[in-house]
Amino acid sequence: MTDFNRGDAKQLLEVRNITKMYGDLAANKDVSLAISQGEIHALLGENGAGKSTLVKVIYGSLQPTSGEVFWQGEKLTIANPAAARQLGIGMVFQHFSLFDALTVAENIALALPGKLDLPKLSEKIARVSVEYGLPLVPTALVADLSVGERQRIEIVRCLLQEPKLLIMDEPTAVLTPQEADQLFETLHRLSNEGCAVLYISHRLDEIQRLCHNATILRHGKVVATCDPQEETAASLARLMVGADVHEIKTRSAPQTGKAILSVKDLAMKPDGPFSVALKNINLNVRGGEIVAIAGVAGNGQGELFDVLSGEKLATNNDDILISGIGVGRKNINVRRQMSAAFVPEERLGHGAVPEFSLSDNVVLTRFATSGRIISSGMINAKASQNILLNIVEEFDVRKSGPDPEARSLSGGNLQKFVVGRELDRSPSLLIVNQPTWGVDAGAAALIRQALIDLAADGSGVLVISQDLDEIFEIADQIAVISRGQLSKTVPAGDLTLEEIGLMMAGSHENNAHQNNNDANHASEATP
Amino acid sequence: MKLILEKRPERSKKMALLSPILAIGLTVLFGAIIFAARGLNPLTALYVFFIEPVTTIWSIEELIVKAAPLILIGVGLAVSFEAKVWNIGAEGQLIMGALAGSMIPIFFTGWQSPLTLVAMLVLGMIGGALFGAIPAFLKTRFNANEILTSLMLVYVAGYLGDWLVRGPWRDPNGYNFPKSVSFEGWQLLPTIGEGRVHIGALLAVIAALALAFMMSKTLKGFEIKIMGNAPRAGMFAGFSPKKTVWFAMLLSGALAGLAGISEVAGPSGQLQPVISPGYGFTAIIVAFLGRLNPIGVIFAGVLLAISYLGGESAQMTLGISARIGQVFQGMLLFFILACDTLILYRVKLLSSTKPATGG
Repeated sequence: MTDFNRGDAKQLLEVRNITKMYGDLAANKDVSLAISQGEIHALLGENGAGKSTLVKVIYGSLQPTSGEVFWQGEKLTIANPAAARQLGIGMVFQHFSLFDALTVAENIALALPGKLDLPKLSEKIARVSVEYGLPLVPTALVADLSVGERQRIEIVRCLLQEPKLLIMDEPTAVLTPQEADQLFETLHRLSNEGCAVLYISHRLDEIQRLCHNATILRHGKVVATCDPQEETAASLARLMVGADVHEIKTRSAPQTGKAILSVKDLAMKPDGPFSVALKNINLNVRGGEIVAIAGVAGNGQGELFDVLSGEKLATNNDDILISGIGVGRKNINVRRQMSAAFVPEERLGHGAVPEFSLSDNVVLTRFATSGRIISSGMINAKASQNILLNIVEEFDVRKSGPDPEARSLSGGNLQKFVVGRELDRSPSLLIVNQPTWGVDAGAAALIRQALIDLAADGSGVLVISQDLDEIFEIADQIAVISRGQLSKTVPAGDLTLEEIGLMMAGSHENNAHQNNNDANHASEATP
Repeated sequence: MKLILEKRPERSKKMALLSPILAIGLTVLFGAIIFAARGLNPLTALYVFFIEPVTTIWSIEELIVKAAPLILIGVGLAVSFEAKVWNIGAEGQLIMGALAGSMIPIFFTGWQSPLTLVAMLVLGMIGGALFGAIPAFLKTRFNANEILTSLMLVYVAGYLGDWLVRGPWRDPNGYNFPKSVSFEGWQLLPTIGEGRVHIGALLAVIAALALAFMMSKTLKGFEIKIMGNAPRAGMFAGFSPKKTVWFAMLLSGALAGLAGISEVAGPSGQLQPVISPGYGFTAIIVAFLGRLNPIGVIFAGVLLAISYLGGESAQMTLGISARIGQVFQGMLLFFILACDTLILYRVKLLSSTKPATGG
């Protein structure tokens, strides 16, 4: 790291005033960024801050609405990823594009231009991979490799094209700490050889350890450029989360009733290489309160939702209790019959079937709890249409025609329908994942109000959200999930943004780990 | 100039209906070209192939006899395919149904009562369903692709049937011909009217109507549509993907088995080494041509039955192989799958003067 000196290094890439509009929404607004040769530059920000958009512009897969790109001092347009690769820009995506049934060498050969000479390529792969501390066996089948090894293939694939700039999107999200250490060594080495790295992450410790400079995005704008060595993790977190979040609204103390949802030492193994393991989740939701789980996307929120809803079953029936009764091994409709309701993150294809009419989508989650919808195995269309009318009226769902297909609705209106479909039942427990994700401000306000009203009526509400503004607006209690571990639940009023930002970056993980160890020792000690 | 396929913003409902018609048109056109290439007058040949089979009472009856198993299997496959469970092995399930049902006349030769026939039909369905259960088990337990397993099992069933008919189940008084005993009385399906049409045709129509009702009105039909369409939403509704695989395989297997026993207890009247002229495979085309809609399958089944009769008719009148019927079936499946692309995509002509830019 010490080898890098900004003064000596020649500027490699500069983007000036990049703006990218999606309709009225600015994913990037006036973003400027400069990277020199050999520099490891961090791009930091919450989900939706505009990191991916900026990277896609640099890699040529998106064209900016306005703004300029300079490569080695020369102004140019990067028309597509192939053009970017030709310039010497390589990218390692978070989700790999590898064929399981092919070998390492074959996978790399697929990405290389020109004629194929597999033996020669294999020899080169073996040499380059060892040289950079990323050993690979060229003849190994990808299907047999670990996630870390698969990532090496992607990196070596980029290295073979001798890049001048390597873009890495959340590379450690899928790695073990040891694999991550190895990756950092490789990146240092690349940097010493003059290759620049644009490193996207929200893990503050990594960025402090690795990066020479950092650009921090929030809501599509650059909020700060800094040297991470000179910042503390806390100050970085504050920059990332933003100090301009509005005042924490202290609601009149909620009249908390008895526990409606209790989760005890819940652990789940991951489903596949991109799934997060859940570790020792403990959580209580009482009647009358809104508990929010904050966290950056991909830290186990989806997995937690699936096991709480019953789409995936827990290991033990008593891992999850609804109103004191174990439901861990019971399916989603049994939980619905116990007056629980669920709203998943993905509206289309999970919360609703795009090709089905709205009334059929009412049947989707209501057939098990409404005696009117199903009689002797047959669907009573009248009953579901009546429920639809109620939902539409109460939640102001705007649609074309009386009973259109779900996909014809706008995001906000469909979300109002999906949330309204559950609230129409007045459930005593509502679990909702990203309630206002991608929803316009009006619909978001209506949905948040509905959640607050539901809690005011004595129901328990669990909200999983990445939107801190939303969490501070509605939550009574806050917990943070990071790498599948859930922090302790803290009253919303007791938390500062700084603390929550640090927790999102994983500060509670080690503690949690420590506590587990202590607990283990304790249980060993007591006979 | 360059032709490209551009994704439509949404499914074209018009194309979904137009596609089979377009496919039939293209099949007829290319059929005419094939006939012409063989030195035949294409119009005469097409007349012989498509029209002649429906010009006499006798041939219309024969058409119904051929359409019945196609519809019976086709409706089962339509439901299975709607759930995106790809049972390609209906031919094998048909054979196992035929073998299972035939056990009654072979082992209880003298049993004559209406119950005999009921027992045969039920055993036929059980035989087909059990054979469909093998790919279902392999799929749900080991995630083995049901396309491969169900297809390969067709050959297992075929050789088992062949061995039984030539070996242990051969008619002892049959002069060593590879045939079982001839079925008699209540071991045969009653005919409707004087000709060869038997109540298998009635069973096919009943099955189609029942499944049409199931798919449009019941929770089971809702479950199948949703699991095929949006499995994630299906799980959110509390349905199990594994149960759907089991249901689809058992249902389509049972109906194929019923078609099998109806074939041996109907037109054949005994077990022979070859039980079906590929009804189980042709029914795949029937299901797709019928838009996976049980009522549509009835029409598609009749149309595909013509291709069998047309083949025979072409052999007799034009002196070319009856296999021409399979050529037409192949072309029809090819064109219908190709035309179905147009439901989701539209063809666009790009002039080559304007280079395509990335991004």
